[in-house]
Amino acid sequence: MKRSVILNVNRIARTVEVEPRSLLVHVLRDDLNLTGTHIGCDTSQCGACTVLIDGQAVKSCTQLAVQVEGMDITTIEGLAPSGALHPMQNAFWEKHGLQCGFCTPGMIMTAVDFLGSNPDPTDDEIRHAIEGNYCRCTGYQNIVLAIRTAAEVMRAQSAAGQPTSEPAGESTQRSPLPAAEPAGAGV
Amino acid sequence: MIPTSFEYVRAGSMREALAAIAGAEGVKVIAGGHSLLPVMKFRLAQPARLIDISRIAELKGITPRGKGARIGAGVTYREILESEILQERFPILHEVTHTIGDLQVRNRGTIGGSLAHADPASDMPSVMLALDATINLRSKRGKRAVRAREFFKGAFVTELAEDELITDIIVPSLPPGAGTSYTSFEQAASGYAIVGASAVIARKRGTISHAVLALNGVGEMAFLVPGADSLVGARGEAAELDRVAGGAADGIEITGDIHAPADYRRHLTAVIARRALDTALQRAR
Ligand SMILES: Cc1cc2nc3c(=O)[nH]c(=O)nc-3n(C[C@H](O)[C@H](O)[C@H](O)COP(=O)(O)OP(=O)(O)OC[C@H]3O[C@@H](n4cnc5c(N)ncnc54)[C@H](O)[C@@H]3O)c2cc1C
Ligand code: FES
Ligand code: FES
Repeated sequence: MKRSVILNVNRIARTVEVEPRSLLVHVLRDDLNLTGTHIGCDTSQCGACTVLIDGQAVKSCTQLAVQVEGMDITTIEGLAPSGALHPMQNAFWEKHGLQCGFCTPGMIMTAVDFLGSNPDPTDDEIRHAIEGNYCRCTGYQNIVLAIRTAAEVMRAQSAAGQPTSEPAGESTQRSPLPAAEPAGAGV
Repeated sequence: MIPTSFEYVRAGSMREALAAIAGAEGVKVIAGGHSLLPVMKFRLAQPARLIDISRIAELKGITPRGKGARIGAGVTYREILESEILQERFPILHEVTHTIGDLQVRNRGTIGGSLAHADPASDMPSVMLALDATINLRSKRGKRAVRAREFFKGAFVTELAEDELITDIIVPSLPPGAGTSYTSFEQAASGYAIVGASAVIARKRGTISHAVLALNGVGEMAFLVPGADSLVGARGEAAELDRVAGGAADGIEITGDIHAPADYRRHLTAVIARRALDTALQRAR
């Protein structure tokens, strides 16, 4: 039986009708049309479906939508609400951290969570952090480079007291997430 | 892949959760869901009702207990990694947790879920054996404390009754100056241990005064190696460690599967047990 659940997705409260067995990834993609979150393996291995739940990276194919009721969910779309890329997205672009791009949204969400608790990682730490994200194209070299580059940019921005991403404003938050979007905007 | 239909109830308190699982058929509790949901997606489990215990405050938190610690059953691996108390008192918990799954799995998986699930390959059970942890259980009928050493009964089988929940885990203090190590050989894709070994060693004036070795991944459940006792009174010379590691799986029916045939696992057991003993000994002060 379906029930009504409120999900805070990319800082907007969305009401969805879901069965208890509905997986978060399906609700995001099929009900909310947020198709940036991908399904690679469907068996908790590949990380393509990674989103942030209360700031922590989670494989959304291994999570029921009802479990995260009321929690803050951030998908790849939520990293660039006004269209200006997050420093992590920029770094993947500039450093060629992708080829086909299928793994990229999940890779980026994991990396954003990781840098939140380790802003100045070694390459070994970066590799350990993305062990739950498979890339079948790049060989990982440029992904590691992109994450290291994003870390440098984000450290510099936070030292300069700038928010890490658009929309630019007087926000002083140090979180790797962008500042809040006005309620009701977007999608 | 989606699970079969079920009813979902989020428990707000221990009382609610215990009432919901008492005497009911087809009920399962869900914590992080990182063992249960994959099994449900494959439809190997088809519960009629899921009781979500992940937001129960009583199951949370890591607190000092004398010189030991209390870890709530609902504590995630991430919280273990971020805990200063555990880092300082039980570095082996940090070491083992670092090897479990991946960043996303560690954000969601809980220690209580891992112990209740009792996957023979899971990493945490042998550490609980080596630390001589006590697992606290509760049902509507009452509370009981079970030593980890009596908790595991077989592959995916534990002492937990159908109407019981794990509430917390008590880890007693280590002997002063003890060195610890969790060493594993992982299955490359999943990160689960093909063989994992937990060792705790303390010494006094050059002589070993405390020695415990426990293994996971080798047989149908994690187990304590009885022979490790014989190191007490020894000096920890190579031949002594070789003997204990070499005989670590004696009398155990060794698992063979697509990742490692039994012969290879037997070989790995000796190698990994030896490394764990060596590392713990080196870390002992
Ligand atoms: C991709 C992936 C990789 C993994 N790699 C590893 C690894 O390398 N090593 C490893 O050890 N594990 C690994 N795991 C398993 C993971 O560690 C476990 O899933 C997790 O610890 C279980 O906790 P949970 O909260 O997710 O439990 P759930 O899935 O919610 O529950 C598991 C079982 O325990 C029961 N349960 C949960 N909490 C309680 C409680 N408090 N009292 C009584 N019963 C309870 C549930 O009813 C269920 O039967 C991996 C999992 C995934 C998905
Ligand atoms: S689709 Fe979720 S981990 Fe692969
Ligand atoms: S870029 Fe193709 S899978 Fe990573």
